[in-house]
Amino acid sequence: MSLLNLSFIVFLGVLLFISYFHISNFVLDKYGERTNNRYRFENSFRVIIFILPAFIVLFIFILYPVFETVRLSFYDKFGREFVGLYNYKWAINDPEFRRSILNNLGWLLIVPTLSTFFGLVIANLADRIWWGSIAKSIIFMPMAISFVGAGVIWKFIYEYRGPGDTQIGLLNAIIVSFGYEPQAWLTIPLWNNVFLMAIMIWIQTGLALVIFSAALRSIPKEMIEASRIDGASELKIFFSIIIPYLEQTILVIWTLITIIVLRIFDIIFAMTNGEWQTGVLANLMYDWMFRGGGDSGRGSVLAIVIMIGVIPILAWNLYKHRQEQKI
Amino acid sequence: MKKITYSSILSQLLLLIFVIIWIIPTFGLFISSLRDKDLLAISGWWTSLTTTEVNEIYRMSGMESQIQEKDYFIIKGKIFEKNPGKKIQSFGITSKKINEFQIGETAIFKDKSEVTIDENGNYLWKSLTEFTKKKGKRIFTTSLSPPSFTFDNYREVLFKEGIGRAFINTLAVALPSTLIPLIICSFFAYALTWMKFFGRDTLLAIIIASLVVPLQMSLIPILTIYNDFGALFGVAAKSYPGVWMAHTGFGLASTTFLLRNFLKSLPNEMMEAAKVDGASHYDIFLKIILPLSIPAFASIFILQFLWCWNDLLVGLVFLDQVPSEIILTAKLKELLGSRGENWEILTTGAFVSMTVPLFIFFALQRYFIRGLVAGSVKG
Repeated sequence: MSLLNLSFIVFLGVLLFISYFHISNFVLDKYGERTNNRYRFENSFRVIIFILPAFIVLFIFILYPVFETVRLSFYDKFGREFVGLYNYKWAINDPEFRRSILNNLGWLLIVPTLSTFFGLVIANLADRIWWGSIAKSIIFMPMAISFVGAGVIWKFIYEYRGPGDTQIGLLNAIIVSFGYEPQAWLTIPLWNNVFLMAIMIWIQTGLALVIFSAALRSIPKEMIEASRIDGASELKIFFSIIIPYLEQTILVIWTLITIIVLRIFDIIFAMTNGEWQTGVLANLMYDWMFRGGGDSGRGSVLAIVIMIGVIPILAWNLYKHRQEQKI
Repeated sequence: MKKITYSSILSQLLLLIFVIIWIIPTFGLFISSLRDKDLLAISGWWTSLTTTEVNEIYRMSGMESQIQEKDYFIIKGKIFEKNPGKKIQSFGITSKKINEFQIGETAIFKDKSEVTIDENGNYLWKSLTEFTKKKGKRIFTTSLSPPSFTFDNYREVLFKEGIGRAFINTLAVALPSTLIPLIICSFFAYALTWMKFFGRDTLLAIIIASLVVPLQMSLIPILTIYNDFGALFGVAAKSYPGVWMAHTGFGLASTTFLLRNFLKSLPNEMMEAAKVDGASHYDIFLKIILPLSIPAFASIFILQFLWCWNDLLVGLVFLDQVPSEIILTAKLKELLGSRGENWEILTTGAFVSMTVPLFIFFALQRYFIRGLVAGSVKG
């Protein structure tokens, strides 16, 4: 496709949606008389015009697929024949699946916890230092770049050359300068997961940091001043005032990062492609979408396992939403 | 007072350590992308920041470039094609003694030919007998190389490796994938906030639930729909409009949610007054809501745009991996596999892919942060 064609369809695509809203509303404005008894009639048309595109997209891309994926998980690889729990049984007995579940659990335990912790500590430090906002900017920056870009950055850090050669990877160069043997970090089972998680922590700490920074401002300054005058140490203030005060925020950030980590795919796909026992559910699922011509049954089971992970968060969000509606 | 100073120094130090750890990976990538590709492969990027000693091997020209001057046959040449300020310190003619000779000294080969080198890398190789070999002899040089940077890698990556095209493709994916949800969700959010209709609360609850649904739940059914659609109408199953709509679908819940939160905060009286004046909902939307929502739009635009720009999975599943459709992240991943040892291509490619996010980050950080803080939850 030539560049001219490409920019043309981009323009056309966006224009299509704008003109839908404009033309339909324009017609309604012109022909729908705004008298009192017609107001209701006009309004119901208006509602349809306003919500229809979004609703169709919501239906096709979220609602229908959720039910379809559940259905497919009980069907064979082509989605034609009902096979009952066969795909689920396969998953439980599949060593790759077990490995992925364990890895996912490791990610879920380590990444949200450490990102939240670092974010909280850095937000606190930066809050009290005059060059804090520059520091925050720098630590926040990885949030803007892609997981694949981050993958390249860190692959370069973990780069391995044989023991005799000059190490061009920073980590090995440091190790060698202390007199140790260089290591092929990404191929050491179990530990390589930690090295991949480090990338995610590097990225997500920024997210935690900015949200904590905003939340810190809501803590009354007098309270901290008062405890300082009473002779409380900074550490004491941190643990006895700041952390209890930010409890809600900590929970929000922790769930936010948990959701992101649950469907982690790009980093592992780019760095190891699941080799050396680093696979996670999303990678295994991607694999099964195309492996052997694609197996929609197994792929769907894997998607559902990821979904099960977010159901508690989903339920909690809905509960909170209900509470808010009542007020 | 003394205690506070002490702890403040400690916290400054601690923060400095964090900052250094966080910046070094990106900094290393950036420096590497500006280095000469041969140096990149043999030395760490941190060595390029200072003047360093490099050892190199060079093979002199062969018989074809010899000229005769009086009694001597002479071959002249330059060791460095482009010399970025390297200064040769010493040289050698065997691999065992690479530092045997200083600048100005004459090295004599076994066949009695002589070579001299100046510090800029010009050599003069002369012999009483005619040179008869096609290849010249090797010389080993030790030179001091000052920090030197080049844009060569960028030129190569943008035009030869297809990163330039991938950049445009990504833009063609990300722009509509941001604008379309913004358009349809602003009307949707308006209806959810200001209009009364049957099923509104249910719809809102569905949006809240959809916020956390992982997009993996949608991949297989949508891919099937696209394939069926393509087969039915005889068009390609994977196309740009397909990706836009997929991104629209996956971004719909969070965009609507954020916009609704914003609209809810606007005063109701304004809307009522406009209605009394006979304004339709569309008038209100265009003339009141739209101008007021610009900052909210900016935040949401940035979030969704960065999401689409940085996405890999959607672009991988819903686009063909051909030069006219492949996006930057997928291209980078491909290069990681095929050119895993060519760090000049990888580092430069990665940096090119980061230019737009970094620009947005530095120019519009305020809106970016505001959007994130407003509660970015994405499935």
